Amino acid sequence: MESAKAHTSNKNKEKSVQEKESPVLNGAGILIKTLENLDVDTIFGYPGGAVLPLYDELFDNNDINHVLIRHEQAGSHAADGYARATGKPGVVMATSGPGGTNTVTGIATAAMDSIPLVVFTGQVPKEMIGNDAFQEADIVGITRPITKNNYLVKDVDELEQTVREAFHVATSGRPGPVLVDLPKDMLQAKGRFSGLHKVSIPSYNPTKKGHFTQIQKAAELLSEAEKPLIYAGGGVILGEAWEELTALAENHNIPVTTTLMGLGGFPESKPQSLGMLGMHGTYYANMATTECDVLVAVGARFDDRVTGDLEGFSPHSKKIHIDIDPTNIGKNVEVDVPIVGDVKHVLPEIDKHTEQPDTNDWWDTINKWKEEHPLEVPEEDHKIKPQQMMESISDITNGKAIVVTDVGQHQMWAAQHYTYDYPRSFLSSGGLGTMGYGFPAALGAHFGCPDRPVVCITGDGGFQMTAYELATAVEYEVPLKIAIMNNECLGMVRQWQELFYDERYSHSILKKGNPDFVKLAESYGAAGFRASSKNEMEQVLAEAMTIDDRPVVMDFRVDEYENCYPMVPSGAALNEMVLGDKE
Amino acid sequence: MSSTQNGTATNQTKHTLSVVVKYNLNALSRIIGIFSSKGFEIDSISFGSGKETGLARITITTHGDEQIIEQITKQLHKIIDVVTVSDLTHQSFVEREMALVKVKAQRSARSEIMQITDIFRAKIIDISPDNLAIEITGNRDKVNAFIGMVRPFGIIELARTGTVALKREFEGSV
Ligand SMILES: Cc1ncc(C[n+]2csc(CCOP(=O)(O)OP(=O)(O)O)c2C)c(N)n1
Repeated sequence: MESAKAHTSNKNKEKSVQEKESPVLNGAGILIKTLENLDVDTIFGYPGGAVLPLYDELFDNNDINHVLIRHEQAGSHAADGYARATGKPGVVMATSGPGGTNTVTGIATAAMDSIPLVVFTGQVPKEMIGNDAFQEADIVGITRPITKNNYLVKDVDELEQTVREAFHVATSGRPGPVLVDLPKDMLQAKGRFSGLHKVSIPSYNPTKKGHFTQIQKAAELLSEAEKPLIYAGGGVILGEAWEELTALAENHNIPVTTTLMGLGGFPESKPQSLGMLGMHGTYYANMATTECDVLVAVGARFDDRVTGDLEGFSPHSKKIHIDIDPTNIGKNVEVDVPIVGDVKHVLPEIDKHTEQPDTNDWWDTINKWKEEHPLEVPEEDHKIKPQQMMESISDITNGKAIVVTDVGQHQMWAAQHYTYDYPRSFLSSGGLGTMGYGFPAALGAHFGCPDRPVVCITGDGGFQMTAYELATAVEYEVPLKIAIMNNECLGMVRQWQELFYDERYSHSILKKGNPDFVKLAESYGAAGFRASSKNEMEQVLAEAMTIDDRPVVMDFRVDEYENCYPMVPSGAALNEMVLGDKE
Repeated sequence: MSSTQNGTATNQTKHTLSVVVKYNLNALSRIIGIFSSKGFEIDSISFGSGKETGLARITITTHGDEQIIEQITKQLHKIIDVVTVSDLTHQSFVEREMALVKVKAQRSARSEIMQITDIFRAKIIDISPDNLAIEITGNRDKVNAFIGMVRPFGIIELARTGTVALKREFEGSV
């Protein structure tokens, strides 16, 4: 126990500390010291028996901010939101058994969107592993398919290097979640902290630089293109390549469409922006994708929500695909020029070797599409239209907020109608589509970027999956704005039932059980407002923006039967999108 | 223009992959996990414990078209503890499999079985009044052929190791 304090001193001693001088600590102390050494400033966690040694270390630690979330699922989403907002890895701590299993949805969510997380779970003492001990779960086995790598640390002497390796793996190459399982007796055993930074994994060497001849081929194709299009995905954000992408598009006047995960990777106010493509993409983005002759996929993976029917996906184009993960290339769609590498390295190289393509006719066509079918915002004064709601939020925040969504109709409207000009400003569960993600991820984003306004746009369904985190938000005085698009139903499910299941609304109407969200907020000590017209909504938003010491819940009553368009029905090609309700 | 991972399988060919991996059971589970979660096939798999060297060599035979094999190779590479993946199929390599076959061998059939065993350079390793146990080593085809030859006598039990393989280092010139 006396070693518990030792680690807070000599924080500046970087590099190699001689074996003899290095302090003797218990495993828990070594872990915390290693985290400090790796510049971890925030942990989202929840205590329990197996991690008590760790929590004891945290008791008088002033360097790491441990945020007590109210459920480990929310903890892993919060860490994910922190990571997406900052670019740094999110850190989670949970106890053995149920603590670990509760993190699983958050880990899977992060895995699908390549988000760097490091999850620490407690484990029963080593000699009890396999005995069905109290609160034992094989969390390494459970999370194997949803982690980039995971570890069970049996020996306290391996702890520090394993933790360093975990952070290195989570953040390099194609990022992803990593889990480290910590038996309680290992956390109590004595060992030494070395402070040695070096991590070397001979079997792990992600490619960074793209192949030169491939880059030249790509530049040649692009120079000769008549109808080029850039299709940018989450890799642009993860690879911090937004400036390089903007340069390429602006220098050669090439239109850019982004995926849901790529929103903010290219400023939407620029003339080259076509907004989002795919199932709920813009008319012009989907038409351009179908008609283009050279398609440059940048950090994107040809997900089925983007491509629609593969047979009809961009049928006339030569395809260039830049991605750091070779397994993404050629997985769904055959490409002509595959380039494995870091987008941040590859894009400037392509830019340098590309000559100005002649895109005037192409722009005429695109601008005609834009005029014919812009995204529509129905106007109504005595009701709130969901599209209006997103525009009002975009206006009042000047497009500068971090917008965090849940999953459903509101997610798609938020993607369409908020103007994203900045990277790391749209956080959403794209790959797994996890309801309940939005609110805790928004909390995490706030802890990562306390000076930026954070708005959570959520549904009345999804909010209820993790609404208990209001407790955390109130405890830490987080001035988060939570805008519930309350349509009294599971909107996206209801829309599909209306369109494809003869309006048989099976188990998708929430009207009767929904809480009074204003009272719910107030019972936690948060501010609560309700609005049912456009005017009221704008007043509520204005007032909410002035509150800076607690979360604000805004219950926006929107038109229940509004459907989200454009929409590519599943199985159809992108250019077969439906633009509105049948008369 | 498009072909998907699960698309129509044309040009299915057999491939022998040799994978060197840092020895730990988590890494081995990850390797198997790739096959089950991505819907790839395993025809045989064998691995030797590498506790001493810290490395294990795993030989996997699988089949599929070019695209699937490429995905398998890439996915295996992606596992952090996998050191090398080589597809030996297009290289010159040696492969061996061992099988232990227990055959019914009444007195009348015994000499014939022993002759077959000789021809295949297999070895009798156990004998009882009614049975013979035979060890056969060779490539998959040879082992298959041997089993085919003794099957009519009645196979009581059969254990096969799966293929192990190594790249040839010297190809020489004639
Ligand atoms: C955990 C989870 N369960 C179920 C779903 C399936 N699902 C997708 S959208 C949706 C409806 C969401 O309703 P709500 O949160 O009210 O948002 P809305 O669509 O009305 O905007 C459902 C149930 C999901 N994505 N995630």
